[in-house]
Amino acid sequence: MTKITIVANDGTRYELEAENGSTVMENAVRNAVPGIEAECGGACACATCHVYVHEAWKEAVGEPEAMEEDMLDFAYDVRPTSRLSCQIRVSDALDGLIVSVPERQA
Amino acid sequence: MRNVIETDVVIIGAGPVGLFAVFELGLYDLRCHLIDILDRPGGQCAELYPEKPIYDIPAWPEISGAGLTERLMEQIKPFHPEFHFNRMVQSLKKLEDGRFEVETDENEVFHAKIVVIAAGGGSFQPKRPPIPGIEAYEDKSVFYSVRRMEEFRDHDVLIVGGGDSALDWTLNLQPLARSLTLVHRRPEFRAAPDSVNKMFAMQEKGDLNFEIGQVTGLSGADGQIEAATVKGPDGEVEVKATRLLPFFGLTMKLGPIADWGLNLHENLITVDTEKFQTSVPGIFAIGDINWYPGKLKLILSGFHEAALMAHAAKKIAHPEAKVVFQYTTSSTSLQKKLGVK
Repeated sequence: MTKITIVANDGTRYELEAENGSTVMENAVRNAVPGIEAECGGACACATCHVYVHEAWKEAVGEPEAMEEDMLDFAYDVRPTSRLSCQIRVSDALDGLIVSVPERQA
Repeated sequence: MRNVIETDVVIIGAGPVGLFAVFELGLYDLRCHLIDILDRPGGQCAELYPEKPIYDIPAWPEISGAGLTERLMEQIKPFHPEFHFNRMVQSLKKLEDGRFEVETDENEVFHAKIVVIAAGGGSFQPKRPPIPGIEAYEDKSVFYSVRRMEEFRDHDVLIVGGGDSALDWTLNLQPLARSLTLVHRRPEFRAAPDSVNKMFAMQEKGDLNFEIGQVTGLSGADGQIEAATVKGPDGEVEVKATRLLPFFGLTMKLGPIADWGLNLHENLITVDTEKFQTSVPGIFAIGDINWYPGKLKLILSGFHEAALMAHAAKKIAHPEAKVVFQYTTSSTSLQKKLGVK
């Protein structure tokens, strides 16, 4: 199990044990983290699971692919650390990962 | 005099479940007209995940949304369904003769013995961009589609987005606008490269402005915008705008269905699990749009619901007929309908 932390917009920290291979979005939904809507169910077809990756983790998480960038066009307040959490796969390399939920989803 | 289309069944929604309903209803000799807000069949399979594999369709270990739609279209071909795309059903009411009247936002009127609501998550509608206070300007100076180009003539037009709609309207409205600004979050576009090249060529000639950034605020009064704040990599700029066209993709909304007097459960239509009939006899709801205890939003559940619905619909449409349950494997009459030689 890999430890990931999702910080909700009100500052509440959700420290989760995530299975490798699962997505950050799935873990957020399963643990009812507020602000992760995931309207399309993880198809990279909406922009409602938008998160900010903490600066220290940006490199390990990597850059979004073209399709994800396209979807991020629809998100609110997109920053250089923006990712769709359905496209971040948990692995040993991400043990300790911290992401934050934006003020609102698109 | 209104032109009325008479049919056995109107199906609202041409997603996988609406399409398969044509098959099941067709076996009972019921003719269908389908109405959908998208411009093609497939519903969410076409709009949200055409390329994405689906793994839980029986006998298809893996099939894409587009592939499933294509095969359903092939399967229902013998029943000659008629499609009405780019339309939203506005109203549904009961007529004195017991049939239903369905009216679209294109003012078409259908009279049908049976109405099947297979509207999935609702109708796809333009997404409202997350700009504070935008509601106050909607339909006055902020539009999500172009109905009449004349409404943009001699205006300072601001278009936001990087897809085909944004680029197409940038190119089409530039000649009649007083000024035109395109705002997109990044220099890469989803739109066709040819349109993007044309846009950059126009920018070079000074015929339009292109700003990289996101719109964060609007100013104006009484529904009329005057300017937009664009936050870009180098800070904020004010862009003069009297017309705004944001293209932020589509989202699903229940829409007018909520006003048809049907019993609802958390924005879903309550049905029984024998016929998948709503609280109004003759109106059925199948697929993701319905709710009953134990409901699972799976395409295969919708297929099952379509079969039971059709059996019940036949009894309403042709009360005099004896409804016989038959198998396609052995019934010569069903095979004849399917065109089996």
